[in-house]
Amino acid sequence: MKTIKAIIASLALFAMFAGTTAQAKVEIQWWHAFGGRLGELLDEQVNKFNASQDKYTVVHTRKGNYSETLNAGIAAFRAGQHPNILMVFEVGTASLMAAKGAYVPMYQLMKDAGQRFNPKGFVSAVSGYYTTTDGKMLSMPYNSSTPVLWVNKDLMKKAGLDPEMDLSTWKRVGNALDAAKAKGIDMPFCTCWHSWVHLENFSAYHNIPFATKSNGFAGLDTELSFNSPVHIKHIQTLGKWAQEGKFKYMGRRNEAGKNFRAGECMLMTESSAGYAGIKKEAKFEFGIRHLPYYGATEAPQNTIIGGSSLWALSGKSKEENKATAAFLAFLSRTDIQAKWHQDTGYLGVTTAAASATKKSGFYKSNPGTDLAGIQMMRNKVTQNSKGLRLGSFDQIRGIIDEEMEGVYNGTKTAQVALDSAVKRGNVLLRRFERANK
Amino acid sequence: MEKRVFFKGWWLPALLVAPQLLISFVFFFYPSGQAIWNSLFLPDPFGLKTEFVGLDNFRFLLSDPYYLASFKTTVIFSTAVSVSSMALGLYLAALADRLIKGAGVYQTLLIWPYAIAPAIAGVLWLFMFNGNIGLASYYLKALGYEWNHTLKGDQAMFLVILASSWGRISYNFLFFLAGLQAIPKSIIEAAAIDGASFWKRFGTIVIPLLSPITFFLLVVNIVYAFFDTFGVIHTITSGGPEQSTTILVYKVFSDGFVSQDLGSSAAQSVILLVLVGILTVIQFKYIERKVHY
Repeated sequence: MKTIKAIIASLALFAMFAGTTAQAKVEIQWWHAFGGRLGELLDEQVNKFNASQDKYTVVHTRKGNYSETLNAGIAAFRAGQHPNILMVFEVGTASLMAAKGAYVPMYQLMKDAGQRFNPKGFVSAVSGYYTTTDGKMLSMPYNSSTPVLWVNKDLMKKAGLDPEMDLSTWKRVGNALDAAKAKGIDMPFCTCWHSWVHLENFSAYHNIPFATKSNGFAGLDTELSFNSPVHIKHIQTLGKWAQEGKFKYMGRRNEAGKNFRAGECMLMTESSAGYAGIKKEAKFEFGIRHLPYYGATEAPQNTIIGGSSLWALSGKSKEENKATAAFLAFLSRTDIQAKWHQDTGYLGVTTAAASATKKSGFYKSNPGTDLAGIQMMRNKVTQNSKGLRLGSFDQIRGIIDEEMEGVYNGTKTAQVALDSAVKRGNVLLRRFERANK
Repeated sequence: MEKRVFFKGWWLPALLVAPQLLISFVFFFYPSGQAIWNSLFLPDPFGLKTEFVGLDNFRFLLSDPYYLASFKTTVIFSTAVSVSSMALGLYLAALADRLIKGAGVYQTLLIWPYAIAPAIAGVLWLFMFNGNIGLASYYLKALGYEWNHTLKGDQAMFLVILASSWGRISYNFLFFLAGLQAIPKSIIEAAAIDGASFWKRFGTIVIPLLSPITFFLLVVNIVYAFFDTFGVIHTITSGGPEQSTTILVYKVFSDGFVSQDLGSSAAQSVILLVLVGILTVIQFKYIERKVHY
């Protein structure tokens, strides 16, 4: 009997202590979209933060891909069950910005928590995406990348080409694809993220508008304009390559990455963040090049980002917001950012992280990893190359993907497809404007 | 003669039907009412503000050519799934019915695919026809046929029909087999003695006697093709390419949960509700008359 009593007493004592420690620590939730290698690296960051102090605990949960994470966050918000921090990809930015009251703006969060935070420390090409026109930062840039051209050097040699040849323009790329096809290479060209690479970044890179009103930055009454002659020329070229078997369509997202990593595809346009996977899996010599452009245009201007930022959702206690602020400040630390940049191929989103990486000699020992940063920051940004801020943009991307599929399978000309995408997209923009005015 | 039971008083019958009424209210009337109500509004995704727009959501939908195309897609898809899975189910049931040895083994194996959830079935077929690693697409390529269902609408449609019908064949097989075994052997033997061939017997005796089951399966299969194939389409094509496999119920999901356009999604649910209602009335009014019980 005595022993049982003793056990109960000690258990109660233990529970009391466990209770107090759990109470003392403020727990916050972070919902994100990273699995695989990126998920491991994210987990590492969270563990480091949790171990670095004893006031707060961050719990992270993967909610599926980018779209699924955003939708889970929105659904949870409606039900009042939302996390403190939500990862939102760049496409969802306008939707969140318009939902005033759903989030605590970053500058406000940091000020309320008394957290030192310097928005100027971020690379402006990145932070501009998440900052209002009057200079207030609304969310924290987390992972940002930009599209580059990936080269399978072994296949280039097999095609009788110099693997170091000039591939700066689409015309030169076209010549290389002709040679590859003639040598019987099955998949000379493939691409991921069609709309992002070949229309959105294409527009910025050639300094032509993707949409009016500075691509939506200057107002909700923006209209799509990606059916200009230069756009049509490029999409028509891709369609022609698809018909001639030089370009193989593998899917709307990053499906083609598998073919490249397996050594089947010779040239691929994909995010610079494809680096982590390619470096791990590729059993061939690969190279990274700048995204190609067309001559006799304003290219190369600069490319824009893809990726996500972290939003502090509203309706949380002051204590929890403090924890959120502390964690986000931790993530923007130079050592954390530099490691993330080098591990993943995402851009160093703070200037300090980029220069620290340069100093460490990382770019020298990993040639090509600095191209994405250069490509984004090579020129002063213009109205057309700042980024995109369009409502319902996930849906509009879906429309663009559909219409482009029509060009690739030969049922539509580029003119018809892009005109139709613009028209259908504008309907959604008007609907978004109406719901958010 | 119909049997009728009369209750004295009202509380006992009320109590007896109460559970059913409650379930109908919670799972049917309340959500349907919500859908009708929401279809008149244009809310923002977060539910922070909303605007009454009357019938604008319906106007918006009916002026969208892709929404109208989705009706055609749904008809093609549902017809193909119902007809192919019922025909194959009947064929296999007719074969299994004639088995003398090992009937149990064959029947069990044929019923097996029914235990697989639609989403899992979708992934299985997707693996076989995947452009990168699929065995089926590999052999098709070896035969000189280019398979790429991410780009070619007809191939995508074929694949979702195949994946949706596959598990359904088992279900239909099971019901047809039960129906066949319920037909008295004496009738068929009598016809055989009179010199009727197998096909004659099948056409004039078996098919009419199976008609109640066929009718039941037709209703159930169309409802299945309309609503339960969601998992298959989501895993294989997500409605693409160019919305060529976007059936009505998938569009409700993608506009509501992917695009967060809850007003349009609710309006689509209402249209779907009306459509299924009409379809059910037609089936029971016209087709049921031709059914022999």
